[in-house]
Amino acid sequence: MRYLPYILAGISVGGQYALIAIGYTMVYGILRLINFAHGDIFMAAGLIMIYLSGPLTLWLSLPLVLVLTVLLGFVVERVAYKPLRDAPRMSVMISAIGVSYLVQNVALYITGGLAKTYPTIPWVSDTINLFGAITKRVTVITPILTAVLIAGLVLLIKKTKIGMAMRAVSRDFETSRLMGIKINAVISVTFVIGSFLAAVGSALYFANYTAIVPTSGAMPGLKAFVAAVFGGIGSIPGAVIGAFLIGISENVIKSGGSGWTTFSDAFTFVLLIIILVVRPTGLFGEKQTDKV
Amino acid sequence: MTKTQKIVSAGLLVAFYALIFALEQILPARAMLFTVLKKGAIYALVAVSMNMLNGFTGLFSLGQAGFMLVGAYAYGIFTVPVAERVNVYQYFDGGIIQFTVPVVVALVMAGIAAALFAALVGLPVLRLKSDYLAIATLGFAEIIRAVFQWEKLGPITNGSNLLRKFPTFDSFNITNADGEVMVYLSTFVPFVITGVCVFLMVLLLKSSYGRAFRAIRDDERAAEAMGINLFAHKELSFVISSFFAGVGGAMLAMYQTTVQASAFKSAMTYEILLIVVIGGLGSVTGSCVGSFLFIAASEWWLRGLDSGTFMGISAPTIFRSGFRKVVFAVIIMAIVLFYRKGIMGDSEFSLKGIAAFFKRLFGAKRKRPGTEGG
Repeated sequence: MRYLPYILAGISVGGQYALIAIGYTMVYGILRLINFAHGDIFMAAGLIMIYLSGPLTLWLSLPLVLVLTVLLGFVVERVAYKPLRDAPRMSVMISAIGVSYLVQNVALYITGGLAKTYPTIPWVSDTINLFGAITKRVTVITPILTAVLIAGLVLLIKKTKIGMAMRAVSRDFETSRLMGIKINAVISVTFVIGSFLAAVGSALYFANYTAIVPTSGAMPGLKAFVAAVFGGIGSIPGAVIGAFLIGISENVIKSGGSGWTTFSDAFTFVLLIIILVVRPTGLFGEKQTDKV
Repeated sequence: MTKTQKIVSAGLLVAFYALIFALEQILPARAMLFTVLKKGAIYALVAVSMNMLNGFTGLFSLGQAGFMLVGAYAYGIFTVPVAERVNVYQYFDGGIIQFTVPVVVALVMAGIAAALFAALVGLPVLRLKSDYLAIATLGFAEIIRAVFQWEKLGPITNGSNLLRKFPTFDSFNITNADGEVMVYLSTFVPFVITGVCVFLMVLLLKSSYGRAFRAIRDDERAAEAMGINLFAHKELSFVISSFFAGVGGAMLAMYQTTVQASAFKSAMTYEILLIVVIGGLGSVTGSCVGSFLFIAASEWWLRGLDSGTFMGISAPTIFRSGFRKVVFAVIIMAIVLFYRKGIMGDSEFSLKGIAAFFKRLFGAKRKRPGTEGG
């Protein structure tokens, strides 16, 4: 099977995109904001891991990365988005672009512009032989871990009180505020969950693509966003399906030879434009009627 | 505007251009000031073109870098001297285009090429609403970038290799037979190009089309009810904005002396967007002032932050490479968060405004005319 290694890589990358895409789709569902900084938080998680893995052991640095990334996501929301809660949506989007610019420049300053190498995580990064295809163990772990995390997330949203609050806020921001839902707490929880999943995704992603530069987060971030749009923004299962589809397709395109690598990135955006033209609400998006 | 005010403004503008011309003859050509002025003029043009779309028509587009890329390539492809093509297109047997056009024609062609791309892109994309439009235009910019790097297009675009050896800003300098520069024009000409382009855009914005753009921005439904064809006007704004972005891209190519598709990333669009925000969404003069401030701060004034000493404070461990951009990004965030209207808001730079500003500042003191051109 010539395509098997590519499909395996696609499933793996797809799972990683899915973890990032959930962050986009949840934030958009609640704030109607494309969080342009999300991809950079994903990159920052990778850098934090690099800098922590030096002095600390792996089993200490890994949880610490999760905590610090979550903190970063929380702080970004509080500092850059919360003051603009009642501002026009364009202002918030510009603020998100500003945060992205800031995070990338801070990363550039800290790394000195050099590509940093992600540490090897034992067992996860080991090479294995799967149906005759040589791959890393992370390829197998990613889809399983993604499925477990998403199951947990769906439970959280469907069964807990905070999940109910999140659903209410995404349905109607103003009314849920009037009903006594602490809107800022709900939004913070959303960012915390999104950043947590992005941190997990970054550990899996950079186990495969080990070099990190300040712009490493931009492309996976955009692709994850496209996945979220494809699946219908605001819908978690939609985002996951979109992410796997994009991950697999772009890797299958890569199998066409070196000349096609350029187009594996472009494909994602072609997909975006097609879905936006044909079905702007995505696969599972709710149809919204505009009110005058 | 009264007739006197018009004359005074025009006079100041002429004086401003004369000043630039004079400065260029006096100061050494390598002075930092000229780097800032050249790059600032280019960014001013692109920022105004983006402002026309984002600030005046209310279309949140993030495709500017893509259209600049098209312009830069269109300029490069048609101006590399035929004799140099064998070297430039070394992997493609000198490429398939074996003629050149004059620089001015190439600039217009750069704009037209970008406008054509925009017209095609606009058909599906402009029907989308705010954030979807942003992400779709961003996506198109990425696709354009990928296509231009495609090896199969190498005979035209030189694939992922550099385009170089085409006429640059320095080619505008008038030299004598020995190659010595007699009259420096390498800063003056970009200012003229930007000036003409911005003037054309201002004319458009003042016309009935411009008023229709603003109506669409303020309320799409009301505009439609008043008989404005939404799609036609959006497409018009998009195509014209891209035309000038293409000209700006061609000027950027001249400034950088080389062109490579990989440089036109979304980060470039973000920078231009931030300039527009700093200047004020919906203010042409704001975008111009904003871009010169932006370029001056990032390329010149904050340089010390990268090299160890800034404003007399020496701290090499903190002030090392890259710190400038961190400080700069923090300043931008502060503007975005606390000073949302930018420098000009949506009003224009005018003598009357300056006078009012100084009156407010100094009570009833005498008014002072501005020195910057509008």
